[in-house]
Amino acid sequence: MRTTFIESLSQAASENPDIWLLCGDLGYSVLEPFAAKFPDRYLNVGVAEQNMAGIAAGIALSGKTVFIYSIGNFPTLRCLEQLRNDVCYHGADVKVVAVGAGYAYGSQGYTHHALEDAGIMSMLPGIEVFVPCDPMEVRAATRLIATSGKPSYLRLSRQGEPNLGTAVTDLRKPRVLREGREVVILASGPIASRALEAAGELAGRGRDVGVVSVSCLKPLDEAAIRDAVRDASLIVTLEEHILRGGLFSLVAGLFAGDARRPPVTGLGIPEQGGKTSSAGSREALLDAADLSAQAIVARIEQSLAKR
Amino acid sequence: MTRPNLPEPKEFARRIRAHALRMVHAAKASHIGGCLSMADILAVLYTRILRVDPAEPQSPSRDRFVLSKGHATAIMYATLAECGFFSLTELDTYCRDGSIFTGHVSHAVPGVEVSTGSLGHGLPIAIGMALAARHAGAGSRVFCLLSDGECDEGSNWEGILFAPHHKLDNLCVIVDFNKIQSFGSVAEVLNLDPFAEKWKAFGWQVEEIDGHDLAALEHVLSGVPAASNRPTVVIAHTVKGKGVSFMENKLEWHYRSPSDELLAQALAEVGA
Repeated sequence: MRTTFIESLSQAASENPDIWLLCGDLGYSVLEPFAAKFPDRYLNVGVAEQNMAGIAAGIALSGKTVFIYSIGNFPTLRCLEQLRNDVCYHGADVKVVAVGAGYAYGSQGYTHHALEDAGIMSMLPGIEVFVPCDPMEVRAATRLIATSGKPSYLRLSRQGEPNLGTAVTDLRKPRVLREGREVVILASGPIASRALEAAGELAGRGRDVGVVSVSCLKPLDEAAIRDAVRDASLIVTLEEHILRGGLFSLVAGLFAGDARRPPVTGLGIPEQGGKTSSAGSREALLDAADLSAQAIVARIEQSLAKR
Repeated sequence: MTRPNLPEPKEFARRIRAHALRMVHAAKASHIGGCLSMADILAVLYTRILRVDPAEPQSPSRDRFVLSKGHATAIMYATLAECGFFSLTELDTYCRDGSIFTGHVSHAVPGVEVSTGSLGHGLPIAIGMALAARHAGAGSRVFCLLSDGECDEGSNWEGILFAPHHKLDNLCVIVDFNKIQSFGSVAEVLNLDPFAEKWKAFGWQVEEIDGHDLAALEHVLSGVPAASNRPTVVIAHTVKGKGVSFMENKLEWHYRSPSDELLAQALAEVGA
């Protein structure tokens, strides 16, 4: 995802001389091609995210499109007030790009796990939020935000993620990764691959399960979401994020006022307050969070049994 | 630069002090002390230094002024009104229901570059503007006014470290060093001394002046960039509440608004 992002950004910067990239002293082995090609529009600000976000706002308010890049919580939570006041309140054309979504930095520990970022970013005024599930969606998202003229948040995992579906036609709309009507799993981010695994397993047990990638969390295309689940007797949301403020909150909120609403089962990362996290690969940590494909299958079957 | 349609700095400062006193009194607003301490700085900036044009407030080649001590709005709005960015009568709506003239500075107001109010935000934004201006080669300069109290914020020190490293000589910071922050004196709350030496150690061109000496302000600010390849900081030693005897050096005038009687006395003292 990182490589796809920087390739897409470099392409956009070739076409638009107003695109800048700032990083907070992170991006080793990723950002160098951009820095080499556009040295006067690339800046390593240093380990100083508040300054980076403010500088980005100042450059953007001078008529530029500014990407800022760092790991998970650093360009988001560390400088949250700068994003709120300096970027979003002014409608400054700043794109926050965070690498290391969810458990992507597995064994690096809790400080490097981005578990609340998408929800917190979504609460900022006027920002658009994208959580792509695969490199194809990363490419589409980078192209889209490079020309949107709006504050944006792009949540990337790390590297080596496979493409999960066919070409992206409209990133703002849910993208069907697997057709199926009885149960529809709405997934955001690369964890969608586990939804596909679970759907395959459930199909073997006679269930008709669809998987849909929801990469644009804000603005949420509510009509398209409703359409994607129109025949479902169970909606499942799956995200590498806590349930509060993420995809589950959005979808549950969307259907809360419906008299004939289908039940919504939310699968995500448990909140970790007061508990220390273990070392482990992303895969191991997701398994430990009860998000293995087998656990997803079991939890969907439980929900189906409760209907 | 001198704009022929504007009065001399001394007269300009007298007018904006009077407007600010009336505004704060009418709105029962706060922060008059910090408004009065920076009045002379604004007077010199807007009558003599800044290349800004009320007829074309968004001109790409304009100088930028970033008010980082965003609580000191009455004097800022009064300054912009005196410059002709909007009419003086609009100052009457200060802090009123539905007004664009909020108690912390708002970019909805013509002539205001950025909204601030949470301290420690202005300098990084000003740095971004200075970087963009240098890249554009338009010769714009960026002036950023900080309070002394807000120099407690770590984000400022990130910026103070950054600007000399990147040789931003089109950036000028002015510190309104009135020695009083919101809950006590700077020396008591979180001492900044040796203040000038800190800036020097970070690589800034440091000028230390009496922030109420109009000639000194004009001399120093018209010299920006004062050193090639280095940003400039002007540490302006000021008096909180300057010009109104009973407000000078009094913490309480960070919060209070004057009664009718005290307003009359204050206006008389500033020569209104």
